[in-house]
Amino acid sequence: MSAAPTPASQRHSRRTKLEEAILPPVVALLLAVVVGDLLILAFGQAPGAVYRLLLEGTWGNWYGLGQVLYKATTLTFTGLAVGYAMRAGLFNIGAEGQLAAGGFAAALVGLALPAGLPWIAVLPVYVVAAILGGGLVGFVPGILRAKFGAHEVITTIMLNYIVLALLAYVVSAHLHVPETLHTEAIASGLLPRLVDISSVFRGSAANATIVLAAAAAALAWWILFRTRRGYELRATGLQPEAAEYGAVHVGRVWWQAMLVSGALAGLGGLNYVIGYKGYYEEGFAAGSGFLGIAVALVGRNHPAGIVVAALLFATLSQGGLAVNALVPKQMVDVLQAVVILAIATAVPEVRRLLRVARRTGDR
Amino acid sequence: MTVASSMPASTQRAGAARVAVRMTDIRKAFGDCIANAGASLEVATGEIHALVGENGAGKSTLMRTLAGLYAPNGGTVEVNGSDVTGWSTKEAIAAGVGMVHQHFMLVPTLTVAENLTLGSEPVRGIQLDRAAAEAATRELSERTGLRVEAARKVSSLSVGELQRVEILKALYRGARVLILDEPTAVLSPPEVQELWTVLRRLREDGGTIILITHKLDEVMAISDTITVMQLGRTVARLRTAETTPREIARAMVGRDVSLALDALSAPAPSSIAGTGGAHTLLSVRDLRVSTPMRERAVDGVSFDIAAGEILGIAGVEGNGQTELIEAIAGLRPAGSGRVMLRGSDAGEHDLLSLDVRHRGDAGLSHIPEDRHHRGLVLDYTVAENLILGRQHHFSRGAALDHDRIAANAAEQIAAFDVRPRDPATPARALSGGNQQKVVIAREMGRDFQVLLATQPTRGVDVGAIEFIHQRLRDARAAGKAILLVSADLAEILALSDRIAVMYRGRLVTILPRSEASAEKLGPYMTGAESAGGGPTAPAT
Repeated sequence: MSAAPTPASQRHSRRTKLEEAILPPVVALLLAVVVGDLLILAFGQAPGAVYRLLLEGTWGNWYGLGQVLYKATTLTFTGLAVGYAMRAGLFNIGAEGQLAAGGFAAALVGLALPAGLPWIAVLPVYVVAAILGGGLVGFVPGILRAKFGAHEVITTIMLNYIVLALLAYVVSAHLHVPETLHTEAIASGLLPRLVDISSVFRGSAANATIVLAAAAAALAWWILFRTRRGYELRATGLQPEAAEYGAVHVGRVWWQAMLVSGALAGLGGLNYVIGYKGYYEEGFAAGSGFLGIAVALVGRNHPAGIVVAALLFATLSQGGLAVNALVPKQMVDVLQAVVILAIATAVPEVRRLLRVARRTGDR
Repeated sequence: MTVASSMPASTQRAGAARVAVRMTDIRKAFGDCIANAGASLEVATGEIHALVGENGAGKSTLMRTLAGLYAPNGGTVEVNGSDVTGWSTKEAIAAGVGMVHQHFMLVPTLTVAENLTLGSEPVRGIQLDRAAAEAATRELSERTGLRVEAARKVSSLSVGELQRVEILKALYRGARVLILDEPTAVLSPPEVQELWTVLRRLREDGGTIILITHKLDEVMAISDTITVMQLGRTVARLRTAETTPREIARAMVGRDVSLALDALSAPAPSSIAGTGGAHTLLSVRDLRVSTPMRERAVDGVSFDIAAGEILGIAGVEGNGQTELIEAIAGLRPAGSGRVMLRGSDAGEHDLLSLDVRHRGDAGLSHIPEDRHHRGLVLDYTVAENLILGRQHHFSRGAALDHDRIAANAAEQIAAFDVRPRDPATPARALSGGNQQKVVIAREMGRDFQVLLATQPTRGVDVGAIEFIHQRLRDARAAGKAILLVSADLAEILALSDRIAVMYRGRLVTILPRSEASAEKLGPYMTGAESAGGGPTAPAT
């Protein structure tokens, strides 16, 4: 920064920004914990005991941690997909279909490959397949919005049904192993699992896709906040008319954003298909697309926030199994919903209070 | 609901000294935004009181508090001697306080009479007594001089007529204290004169009128007393007969300013010579634009602008000015026509074949009419906004070049005096005047040949208006061509070398500045005078 303002004012505004980014979600989470306490008490259990069990079953042992990381990987991808589109002003509800399509495309390629190829050589092929599969499903609502003004909320929801039904038909009619809902096993280029690195992760599904997720988050951040394309995309999301005035082809931004969004969700399919099971299975994507919306919301559509939120929701989801002995695991589903509600309501309020406090502090 | 019998002549003038409205130390905040910080107002019965101040000074908030739309956080409101602090709109209307808002609140599918009587409809059995409603409307219309047709659908009325209906509605509900929020923004000069006549007649009948405005010529023309607001406070109370526009302006901004009004008496600016072909920078021929809302919003417009010339387009808003500018800027497809721009390299650019980015690169700058809508991304920083539309000049490969963005911001902020001088401030946090300076810095602080300046000083303070006008004159002196569109006729007259009037999508006349005056342009603006009668009818 050559001709920047005084470092003090810049430091101040950066601190301000950080406060506003981090404090509100923390307050919202505390709120959710309080509600969780009440719920647990209603079941006649001690909140402390349940939370301890939840943590022990997730971050407290290697298997639990591995499961959290595995679930967080898929959620990072779907969260990034929703968040990236949201930055362009589009609400992508179709991450579920895009995730399934990405996984399916990778499985098709995998089944066609000769057996025994090393994963490092085949991975780029799988990545391209997943990007194409998910990207295509994202592109359709994007181009419909850009060319005809069809609202993406409607088209992505409808496309979810179409894509999931189509995949179910193709798998059950042509590809499935009898008596199952999945395809033949893929014999080439399956990704290394965490357990291959250290045996303490035995039984957990965590695999090398996690590196892809981290890379995708970093890349999304770079595109959004450091490139001209990201500048134009965010301007479009904030004020499409101002972006248009600012020499941005808004329609082009929309379809490109949906293409990238779908590709990000599609990459998430690798986690299950190539990283964990080694085959495509009907319904593997169920719930992950919609939870991606919550992840993006809690992560404030920022890639770093999305990674943290994905870990949070993965912890809750895995923790639900751990606390099943004391309270019904649906309690954790309720808790997830409470987190979403708390973020949606508490965040603007806390931000407002912060600004008031800062103003009176300045005086 | 009390329906006014009539304005009793007995109170006329007799109670002139009586205080109709007294507001003391009013405080009102919205979230963390403070709109009123100790505002006081006193209005005597039977006077026309002007409430003046820059945009954002808190005038509308104070009046909405009086009309019962807001409850104040502190202070007291008295009407006719009784404390009514925190009352509701319903109570305000019952007590005879009515407000006509900037944005009309009428039901478009109902007739004038139906709108007027809405909420207190005369009925026959369970049926609306339409004849009685229309008779009451006609009676009120005749008495006040506010001419409207009672049976017309509101959707078919012009803006001027809509405003009359709004005023009638307030009077029908028995308003004795009438608040008008910037009533002349949508009116042509003759309509403004008509409004003054009506307001004077209401005053004769003992009515009290509070007029919110920031136009000083209006204040001088119509008001008896003046209250000046600045930053949420009332800073001065003046008698119109004993003050000058200069004194009011000083109270508004707290320092001396040169007024656009002064320029009216100054000699006509520079050359009014015709556009010699060689020096023409922008040439528009037979441009037609249709919108989904309106066929032929721009209906065959032709003009040239030479280097070193400002062509002003006057006209009541909504006569195709927005569509004309947006078609030239590339934000709206043109139906047919030709727009040629001569670039700094003397190359001719066919603008209609270019996208927004390439029009900018060809040498076209554009100050859009609404900075909140188009001109700025409000959540972007000042530095980010200063490259909007030129981001491709601030990139290194795919990435933005942050060093050059910062250097550009520092340079423009200093050159155009944007405050605060912090490029990391979000545009949203700036005052209106500084927001507009950011737009102007971006569009004028670079190499350009032709500038489309639409409402360049709308909603900015008097000090910033002075600054912006000087910049426009400087650009003219530097040989740029400027197309100026403004709803403010005084601004058009102060800056333009030639003045065109746009009416229903056409330029109905183009006059050199020396031949133009508000009196002469007025009939064209209302359509009373048309292209045939104009001395220099545009070639179509």
